Amino acid sequence: MLGGLYSFVSAGLFVVMNAVDVAFTEAAVGAGISTVLMLSTLALTSRRSRRSFRTRALPLLVVFITGATLIYGTLDMPYYGSPAAPANHHVAPRYLRESVPRTGVPNVVTSVLASYRGYDTLGETTVVFTAVVGVMVLLGVRRRRPNRPRDGEDGA
Amino acid sequence: MSTFLGLYNYWIAVLLMMGGFYVVIAEGNLVKKVVGLNIFQTSVFILYISMGKVHGATAPIIAAGYHRYTNPLPSVLILTAIVVGVATTAVGSALVVRIYEAYGTMEEDEIHVQDKSL
Amino acid sequence: MTEHLVLRVVAKLLLPLILLFSLYVQFHGDFGPGGGFQAGVIFAAGFILYALIFGVRQGRRVLPGWLTHSLVAVGLLIYAGTGLATMALGGNFLDYNVLAHDPAHGQELGIMLIEFGVGITVSNAMIIIIYMFAGRGEHDGEPDRE
Repeated sequence: MLGGLYSFVSAGLFVVMNAVDVAFTEAAVGAGISTVLMLSTLALTSRRSRRSFRTRALPLLVVFITGATLIYGTLDMPYYGSPAAPANHHVAPRYLRESVPRTGVPNVVTSVLASYRGYDTLGETTVVFTAVVGVMVLLGVRRRRPNRPRDGEDGA
Repeated sequence: MSTFLGLYNYWIAVLLMMGGFYVVIAEGNLVKKVVGLNIFQTSVFILYISMGKVHGATAPIIAAGYHRYTNPLPSVLILTAIVVGVATTAVGSALVVRIYEAYGTMEEDEIHVQDKSL
Repeated sequence: MTEHLVLRVVAKLLLPLILLFSLYVQFHGDFGPGGGFQAGVIFAAGFILYALIFGVRQGRRVLPGWLTHSLVAVGLLIYAGTGLATMALGGNFLDYNVLAHDPAHGQELGIMLIEFGVGITVSNAMIIIIYMFAGRGEHDGEPDRE
């Protein structure tokens, strides 16, 4: 449930940052599909988790060091929303200018995704396909383990 | 202070990223690790999208009367990344389900113990 | 049949809207936010809503396993096929300019075709994932014969 809320909030953030396509996708995916996925994983496995007694000091240390290094790295980055950021100067203005005359598509995100960077999108769609095949291979074969206690099994 | 106002978006993303990272390495339960990975993914999306925003600009859909648009490129990258992320989370969850069926437990330590005793 | 009555009624009312919306998003991706990925996940979310409320077996009757398995590949084939078609017509791989009588129309046609392919693949991918997870826990569901 928290996961669904989290995705919803991040979708809201995306809208605030003017990336409406991403907000769309994140809302549909996060609030809908991811939540169902997590719930089914939990249903298929145990709902309880053992409280682990190992020490948490080492992971905390690693996390702090990594976080500090990352924040140190961001000190040189362009400020939030600055139009002078280097990311906004090389290819992006060209795409924004040329999208309508050359492709007739006002939604620049779609035209970049499908036309200017169409080859990458083909690769990414193939990745989705391969992942689905992976899930089919992992979960598609029905195995019955008679000695594992499962709720509702009638000893078939 | 202006540094903070200028950079707070990156720091929020880093914070979330570290939260997700911590969950992945510190939790023993496999399902919680997958959830931590998800948090990590979302924080990376926020990082990229925030890099594309331009103040006073509108969504990158060309329309009459608007002159400033946000950078479309990060949106493009993250769009596919979200869907690919769901697919890979599905593969990860499928692996977790199979591990549970094979070992009977979700805790990493117990799985190691069972492996060592083979 | 009266269990979860409110859920069933609301789902039946909402479902056509959701599916229609996903089609709208798919084909209006050029002019507003949207496109293949978004339409695919919205369609899948709508269908998952149906399967959640009416049961996965009922969902499997509406969209059988063999159909989703084929469609997820068909979407990708449409995409790659468009690329090959552009090569056959003389351009580079995925160069939409050669698809119609002038480049701008060719681009629009090419974009629409590949977004359609992407939408089909993504929606069926999500539905297959849910089928797989749901089918794993069932004891009397029909086994997957593909």
